[in-house]
Amino acid sequence: MNRDLTQTVARIAGVNPRACMRCGKCTGACPAYDEMEYHPHQFVSMVETGRIDELLRSKGIYTCLSCFACIERCPRQVEPARLIEAVRVLAERKQGADHLRPQDIPARLDPDMPQQAITSALRKYRR
Amino acid sequence: MVFSYFPGCTLKNKGARLDLCGRRAAEALGFTLEELPEWQCCGGVYPQARDEIATRLSSVRALDAARRKGQSLVTLCSACHHVIRRVNGDMQRDAQIRGAVNRYLQLDTPYEGQTQVLHYLEVLRDVIGFDELARRVTRPLTGQRIGAYYGCLLLRPSREMCFDDPENPTILEQFIRAIGAEPVYYAMRNECCGGYTVLEPGGRAQKQAGKVLANAAACGAQTLITACPLCMYNLQKSVGGELPVRYFTELLAQALGLEVES
Repeated sequence: MNRDLTQTVARIAGVNPRACMRCGKCTGACPAYDEMEYHPHQFVSMVETGRIDELLRSKGIYTCLSCFACIERCPRQVEPARLIEAVRVLAERKQGADHLRPQDIPARLDPDMPQQAITSALRKYRR
Repeated sequence: MVFSYFPGCTLKNKGARLDLCGRRAAEALGFTLEELPEWQCCGGVYPQARDEIATRLSSVRALDAARRKGQSLVTLCSACHHVIRRVNGDMQRDAQIRGAVNRYLQLDTPYEGQTQVLHYLEVLRDVIGFDELARRVTRPLTGQRIGAYYGCLLLRPSREMCFDDPENPTILEQFIRAIGAEPVYYAMRNECCGGYTVLEPGGRAQKQAGKVLANAAACGAQTLITACPLCMYNLQKSVGGELPVRYFTELLAQALGLEVES
């Protein structure tokens, strides 16, 4: 339990996880929910109860697609995708914790890949 | 009608057809897209973390440049539109972000979100009008069954994007009708293509985009249209479906009778 980290995550995200009423619409709308060990509604609950260390180690923070379906459908404006992003930036701001390094990219390219794929992935996966 | 124009990194390279056809069609329809000088890449994704300032600066520089010209800012790439539109919203509504950005940039006049940001499709709908577009079409795509692929970035979050109904959008279907074709409605037209996870091992984006393509094909679409180069790529590289995918500006130019060199 780490309540200080809850405050930090809520501050970075700019949303209030305590407004969540556990309706589960976010998880119902999420196209990546089955690739996350903690589904979006569980993620919100874990932020609220201070289980941030577990979230920082989860691979789900890298599988959110940022499609904003959860934000669109959340009736309480908790905006789960913002909380996921806040935990991800917390993880990546640690020195050496980048999820994607520029030197890893050439091996993953093909001749048709748009520049947008690279700029987006770097902004998501590297600090 | 003259607009400032932000093409973005991909439209200068892999997504050149989206840009080229869009510019040529704009000329034919009587509006001018003036490319901003020395624009910088928008970064491709909106920074959701409220304490990130550097990742918002390129958008604010573009917005401020358009303001100084007294013009609305037009975008064409879905990602650029998403990022610039939401950063503009931050500059209007978020005093913390607005203050930090302005303290850093030290503009002659602080930027507070004054510029109107329009997607090219919004220019067609709200400035030109789809009825007028239909009148200008010389080579209608009669008989073609086209599926609109919206994806995420134009629609969501609708409170900030204010683009169309996020669950039941109509703008691309109106566009398809205006160029003489028949829109095909399918369930996954506003679902995610997998986006930037294409660089992650595991092929998730290909699978995700494959579901979209298979759904569109099952509903009778012969072609899909998109405004996003990354959606285009993911759909073309997807697993489980095969359907031609075109930029909406390519079909627009075609319907207007324009020959656009590749």
